[in-house]
Amino acid sequence: MADEATRRIVSEIPVLKTNAGPRDRELWVQRLKEEYQSLIRYVENNKNADTDWFRLESNKEGTRWFGKCWYIHDLLKYEFDIEFDIPITYPTTAPEIAVPELDGKTAKMYRGGKICLTDHFKPLWARNVPKFGLAHLMALGLGPWLAVEIPDLIQKGVIQHKEKCN
Amino acid sequence: MNRLFFQPHQAGLSKVQAAEHTLRNINPDVLFEVHNYNITTVENFQHFMDRISNGGLEEGKPVDLVLSCVDNFEARMAINTACNELGQTWMESGVSENAVSGHIQLIIPGESACFACAPPLVVAANIDEKTLKREGVCAASLPTTMGVVAGILVQNVLKFLLNFGTVSFYLGYNAMQDFFPTMSMKPNPQCDDRNCRKQQEEYKKKVAALPKQEAVQEEEEIIHEDNEWGIELVSEVSEEELKKSSGPVPNLPEGITVAYTIPKKQEDSVPQVTVEDSGESLEDLMAKMKNM
Repeated sequence: MADEATRRIVSEIPVLKTNAGPRDRELWVQRLKEEYQSLIRYVENNKNADTDWFRLESNKEGTRWFGKCWYIHDLLKYEFDIEFDIPITYPTTAPEIAVPELDGKTAKMYRGGKICLTDHFKPLWARNVPKFGLAHLMALGLGPWLAVEIPDLIQKGVIQHKEKCN
Repeated sequence: MNRLFFQPHQAGLSKVQAAEHTLRNINPDVLFEVHNYNITTVENFQHFMDRISNGGLEEGKPVDLVLSCVDNFEARMAINTACNELGQTWMESGVSENAVSGHIQLIIPGESACFACAPPLVVAANIDEKTLKREGVCAASLPTTMGVVAGILVQNVLKFLLNFGTVSFYLGYNAMQDFFPTMSMKPNPQCDDRNCRKQQEEYKKKVAALPKQEAVQEEEEIIHEDNEWGIELVSEVSEEELKKSSGPVPNLPEGITVAYTIPKKQEDSVPQVTVEDSGESLEDLMAKMKNM
């Protein structure tokens, strides 16, 4: 898994029970409820620890998700839009998170803005189906990706801060 | 493998459009239907399944075979889900991240392991991964490996559709050592995919309903009822002569043999006349010939 800090954070995210994808009608509604519960708890944890770093919401069917994430570097807050679709094989396969405004700016990204995760993520996710949900995807996928890429992009001058914050 | 078609003048086209153009130039008699979308989304998946069920040679009939040439796990799982649900036979193919191994796999829902029955198979590399993977770099790409895998995939398709040779359920390719492992895998009774388990039950019923067949190999003896003229089959070459014209067979591993052998030099060969030096020069001989 990732480092000690990430492991601790993940251990405090509630795991999910229902193994259902977007084609499973009532069971999917059940899964969606669990997703929201887990996400809400994770965001609450972050707020309490002063590490609040994202917001997410979905369409009515829960198949399209979008929101924002932010990263603090040198006392400056950088904000990015994020989005992803729930694949039909969810939760066996994790969704691919996209940060469209960084498309073309880093090698760690597929065309269209989908972030490229390390080798460790897929086996870890596969071992934890269906317990892991979107909150875990954020904590183990997007979080570490931002932590590596954003400072690098800032240092290379590829991204600039929009307005000063903090 | 889905990139093998791209030529520089096709820049800007989607992969499937470029594929159609290139393939149509190679063989204009083939019928193409092209769709460019992400099959893992809920909207597109339904359309994808619909085309498998209805996009056969005759519209409304299912296709005969699905070939997966995608480059990611998620898309393969989506195809697997569709084929398990539809009972559609398909072949999966792929090349590894480090581009030095690849494989093809035949999946008959219920009869052989589906893509979700086991974690993704890997062709053992026997190389130090550190020599290949550089920190910060994603994947490698070798069109040569892809070409080989594409070739063995289509070969397997021909054998499957035209019913000759042995169709492999799994054929791997290790480019570093030139090793081609084959095997077949039974489905997992506890597969996560509900439809795979259902197909396994249907297959078991189908097999139980078949009559018992004894696999006996008989060599048919050609017998003629009468042989009025006493005709016998005799080899044109005698046993002796056959032995004399054969040479040693080299020590070869299974599966390889020689087209013919050459005998060692022998002293007691048939006496032959050899040319002798008559002292005439080349010009003399040429003139001699001319005057004949």
